[in-house]
Amino acid sequence: MGIKGIKGFGAALALFFWSAAAWAEYKLNLQTPHTRLGEEIYNLHTIITVICFVIFIGVFGFMFYAVFKHRKSVGHKAAQFHENTAVEVTWTLIPFVILIALAVPATGTLIAMRDTTEPDMTIKATGYQWKWGYDYLKGEGEGISFYSTLSTPRAQIDGSDVAGRKANPNYLLETDTHVVVPVGKKIRVLVTAADVIHAWYVPSLAVKQDAVPGFIRDAWFRAEKTGIFRGQCAELCGKDHGFMPIVVEVVEPAQYTAWVNSQQKKAAAEKVDPDKAWTMEDLKAHGEKIYAQNCVACHQATGMGVPGAFPALSGSKMATGPKEDQVKLVLNGKQGTAMNAFKHLSDVDLAAVVTYTRNSWNNKTGDMVAPADVKALR
Amino acid sequence: MEAAHAHHGHQGHDDHAHGHPTGIMRWIKSTNHKDIGTMYLWFSFTMFIVGGIMALIIRSELFQPGLQIVQPDFFNSMITYHGLIMVFGAIMPAFVGFANWLIPMQIGAPDMAFPRMNNLSFWLLPPAALLLIGAQFMPGGGAGVGWTMYAPLSTQAGPAMDLTIFAIHILGISSIMGSINIITTVLNMRAPGMTLMKMPLFCWTWLITAYLLVAVMPVLAGAVTMTLTDRHFGTHFFNAAGGGDPVLYQHIFWFFGHPEVYIIAIPAFGVVSQVIPAFSRKPLFGYASMVYATASIAILSFMVWAHHMYTAGMPVEAQLYFMYATALIAVPTGVKVFNWVATMWRGSLTFETPMLFALGFLFLFTLGGFTGLVLAIVPVDVQLHDTYYVVAHFHYVMVAGALFSAFAGIYFWLPKWTGRMYNETLGKLHFWLSLIFFNVAFFVQHFLGLAGMPRRIPDYALQFAEFNAISTIGAWGFGLSQLLFLYIVIQCIRGGEKAPEKPWEGADSLEWTHLPTPAPWHSFETPPVLK
Repeated sequence: MGIKGIKGFGAALALFFWSAAAWAEYKLNLQTPHTRLGEEIYNLHTIITVICFVIFIGVFGFMFYAVFKHRKSVGHKAAQFHENTAVEVTWTLIPFVILIALAVPATGTLIAMRDTTEPDMTIKATGYQWKWGYDYLKGEGEGISFYSTLSTPRAQIDGSDVAGRKANPNYLLETDTHVVVPVGKKIRVLVTAADVIHAWYVPSLAVKQDAVPGFIRDAWFRAEKTGIFRGQCAELCGKDHGFMPIVVEVVEPAQYTAWVNSQQKKAAAEKVDPDKAWTMEDLKAHGEKIYAQNCVACHQATGMGVPGAFPALSGSKMATGPKEDQVKLVLNGKQGTAMNAFKHLSDVDLAAVVTYTRNSWNNKTGDMVAPADVKALR
Repeated sequence: MEAAHAHHGHQGHDDHAHGHPTGIMRWIKSTNHKDIGTMYLWFSFTMFIVGGIMALIIRSELFQPGLQIVQPDFFNSMITYHGLIMVFGAIMPAFVGFANWLIPMQIGAPDMAFPRMNNLSFWLLPPAALLLIGAQFMPGGGAGVGWTMYAPLSTQAGPAMDLTIFAIHILGISSIMGSINIITTVLNMRAPGMTLMKMPLFCWTWLITAYLLVAVMPVLAGAVTMTLTDRHFGTHFFNAAGGGDPVLYQHIFWFFGHPEVYIIAIPAFGVVSQVIPAFSRKPLFGYASMVYATASIAILSFMVWAHHMYTAGMPVEAQLYFMYATALIAVPTGVKVFNWVATMWRGSLTFETPMLFALGFLFLFTLGGFTGLVLAIVPVDVQLHDTYYVVAHFHYVMVAGALFSAFAGIYFWLPKWTGRMYNETLGKLHFWLSLIFFNVAFFVQHFLGLAGMPRRIPDYALQFAEFNAISTIGAWGFGLSQLLFLYIVIQCIRGGEKAPEKPWEGADSLEWTHLPTPAPWHSFETPPVLK
């Protein structure tokens, strides 16, 4: 590969950069930011990248000049210099100065990013394997609480519905419930996790914060415009790490108030009477829902689990043995395995799901676990 | 030995003095630095293929949206063992192989200081590799925890995790023994007149690397041991419910992990610092500043670990400190790049395969360094952390950096090692294929990361589809190109043309100036006379 080859490569490179303009539909940069800090970060990234690019061109300009002009094949004789203190001091100091110039705006932005004081609203986001839970802690909507699970149909993921996937613009970025927040308000997000580390990441709102089990971290954003902003879990958290998206819906304040009212009404309607006398059928039906939300990712809809990784429930000793043991296991989890504690679910939910698993598939214990049984074992 | 001295330089003549075994026992019982170096290099290449197959499984699954080839659990296992095998099985042993072959020859010594320990450091590697590969066949499959093995995901993983932890212990012991050997050899076995500041830069870089290894491998061993006791013996180092902290694991891991980056990069700097002057026919520019810059990088590498954890949660003051300290590494790294370019400046350049790979290293490693600077800036990193931008960044440093430099070194020293020349045309073809496919595979990943694609996901949203498809094509091209490398090396060993005594006009370290080609069984039985 002689000089011709190198020139050819240069031409290919030029073509690449030229055609980059024709790639408008390809995303080549950070997502369009919708917060002021996001814009600052966007600009900061642009400045650094441009500076790096200029230095890169400068340094490799010298290198390629040498490659073309100082080659043996054009008869260049090697000089034998190998030191020059002045030059060496200069090229140690100049990068130093550039770095200081970069550090100044970066420091300002960072300090602003970390200032979570005086929020208008506080929401807690909890990472679970593999969904997010949200609790509205302070501000309008206080008390609202829900889970947010991937709503992309399984068939689109496993390939049995490729047409559906292709037609779905929000493939893997859609959830059953949205985190609704008002526009222009400072939203503080407390981030934590129930099992392993997750990360709450919404690129267009410029937020990424690891969710560490047992600790609470915080971050904030103030959306400048309404819209639906999508993100994903950014920290490897096991099997379905790629399948626990985040959807934030920013709405006008009036719309937000309406949403809060509807949520509160819904919560009141769904509130289960603790003294309700449950029948086996009701419990099983409710349990199936809870199972689908919390258990199905590992133990599977068939109750057969994943051999080697997640145990089967159908025919298992646990789901057919003493019911107290199973309730305790579900409440407290099993240390050192992917079976997490599910204490955060209500007595009714737990009673229902245990009842469901003891009376489904090959399990025919006929046992009914009442909410009071769960309460007694908490 | 006396008789052998008289015949200094005749390969094989001293064999009878040792009666060393032949056949397979030659390798199993070998205490010879060249045999052990060869084994390190072949082991490394084998692991490179194993890790490469895992990479191709990953990339094939990511060719299109949806789950087509593997399930998420297996995918997570692949990303984990691809990382571990490439770092601990391929790249690190490759450079230890170089160290074994070259350090005794470059400092005028007969062999390494502790030949039997040298044998043991190598033979610990295959069992560790078997544990890493065997972990795939444990109940539940390999541990899908990522090569960083963050707790509590790692405490939750199946029994494969225990095999992985044990493998890391063994690899750590091997590395520490190898490093002690290198430090002792460099400090004690230099020929008279070979002062430290006259050593070839490759020896300097390995001396510094060996100190890094001795310092940080025990830290990694500590981190994984704590994981082990959390898993089985009821401790709660990383369990908040018991008073521990999951983030503690990350601090310990990265206190090892960041120097580890330089453990891989610094010997690569050393190789390139031998190759570029040789093909520029001009001495290395700023030798002393190169030594100081390498040492500065090594020292700074202990002070920047938390830049891998900007989003894990730490006080803003700590973020500021780690941002400034990390950016500071750009200064000595820049000095090195400037020095290499200045070495070429007004030289008399030729572009044989080793030089091409060295220039590929220089160009692409610098690019990886610049994206590292972008990632050092906390506000920007918050957007890019754990996205494909990071994946692109470290592959520029690890593949285009360390691996390209290893290729440069192999082509450069192959004639000295085997006494035969490789096929220059095929070597250049290997370079151009590797260069182009590498960039096809990894350059586009910058865009994926900027657009917000998280790393370590088996399936992705549709807007990432085009670049993922391009990247997969590049990865396959890059992988298949490496078979050409295997062919070139075997062809060279089996039937390459006989190498001239000094195939590279500008090479000036002892192995070229004071030893015949191929190098004799014992490098220097009498110390060379240095001017």
